[in-house]
Amino acid sequence: MEYAYYPGCSLEYTAKPYDHSVREVFKALDIGLREIEDWNCCGATMYMSVDKMVGCAVSARNLALAQNMGCDICAPCSSCYTILRKTNRQLAWNAHTRDQINEALKAANLSYTKPVEVRHPLDILTNDIGLKVIQDKCTKFFDGLKVAPYYGCQIVRPVYHFDDIDEPMTMDDLLKTIGLNVVDYPDKVRCCGGMLMTTFEDVALDLNEHLITSAEENGADVIATVCPLCQMNLESYQEKINQKFGTNHKMPIVYFSQLVGMALGIDPKKLGLDTLLIPMPSAKMTAKAERATV
Amino acid sequence: MPLEPIPERNKTQEKELSNAFWDQVKDIPHGEKIKNCIQCGTCTGSCPVSYMMDITPRQTVALFRSGHLQDILHSRTIWICASCYSCTVRCPSGIQVTDLMYALKRLAIEKEIYPPNFPVHALSEAFIGNIYKYGRNFEMGLVLKYFMKTGPLKLLGNAGFGMKMYSRGRISPFPNSIKKISEVRAIIDRAKQLEEKK
Repeated sequence: MEYAYYPGCSLEYTAKPYDHSVREVFKALDIGLREIEDWNCCGATMYMSVDKMVGCAVSARNLALAQNMGCDICAPCSSCYTILRKTNRQLAWNAHTRDQINEALKAANLSYTKPVEVRHPLDILTNDIGLKVIQDKCTKFFDGLKVAPYYGCQIVRPVYHFDDIDEPMTMDDLLKTIGLNVVDYPDKVRCCGGMLMTTFEDVALDLNEHLITSAEENGADVIATVCPLCQMNLESYQEKINQKFGTNHKMPIVYFSQLVGMALGIDPKKLGLDTLLIPMPSAKMTAKAERATV
Repeated sequence: MPLEPIPERNKTQEKELSNAFWDQVKDIPHGEKIKNCIQCGTCTGSCPVSYMMDITPRQTVALFRSGHLQDILHSRTIWICASCYSCTVRCPSGIQVTDLMYALKRLAIEKEIYPPNFPVHALSEAFIGNIYKYGRNFEMGLVLKYFMKTGPLKLLGNAGFGMKMYSRGRISPFPNSIKKISEVRAIIDRAKQLEEKK
């Protein structure tokens, strides 16, 4: 099995630990991950706000490159994931747009005629690989650490794809498989504000304070995310949240792939755990051999 | 009590805006469902940021239908939408509320109608400028440029966190350009040409 890897701009810097941990986990599970050569920005929500057709064309260059590789795309960033899927949806919806986009792609000697599927690593791990296989490859399991899975918006909405729009469970199941205690809390698909942290900081701080408090009150030791922007908002702005609300949060915000990587026995440094601003608590882990039944 | 007189509005401009808006809407998958709004308020109720909006998502649709697009474009609402799609998935009439918000943002930028003292659209424009220059987003450059434009003092407030991110290699002062930047530019130029022809 092989996927065309589309890291996206955030994974080059702010979300480097996400990039590293996804690559490491895929390697450990023997899943092929070939980076799309010379990929460009998907256009994010920004291009859609300015010019939809041009935005679609920019995004479609990546789809065309993946089509030439002959495999599905793996896109870890929730925003890239949604934008690339939206582009597919738009092209399937309207033949005229499709022709125009192909006309634009021709300027770079590209064409997009055989649509590729855009997948999220959470979807690939749970549905293509399967929890049983992952469990078999784990060398150790978490023992007692409590985690709040945070799905955010754009991997479950706007269209049902691989998990429920209101009550998604794939990350819950995956994290349980590696021995984590998954806490139930009502906000796993509530918005973190995304770019509002830059444009309307007060609103975004409010939203993030609510999320952290909710996870904390339900007993979470860490929050697991699937999106670079959610991770940055929740983690890097925690100090500001504490200042604004007089709180004392110290909630580590990790990528779900980092937790999976730990259970697969990958060196924490390779998973980028040392680059978190709020360090992951030292978690008790039990070696596979000592674990009678799972 | 006498009714308040209906304020005068520029009908010609409203018509022009309405036509331009429909132009955007007809290309959105299921965009035309805006006609089916039953004004139930599920969108506003599901919106995590409606409490900060001057007109709610439900009111936005009502204002559009009564020919008040100018009022919508002068409000902060469309720029506060964080694109979480909660309204879209819950709307009982299948209205693509989030996509309509994007259509309204495009309309605002095209017609240059913004709420007063409100430079949020500048972020989108700086962002797409970076794509043309480098092919990828340049996070640090983008935020610097935006804050310089909207309030340099905000930079100071974020300096501490910037340093922490920098020390962990999670932020870079240099842009990362793709190799075939000419390809991206050619696609953008051609797409713009095609659009003008339309």
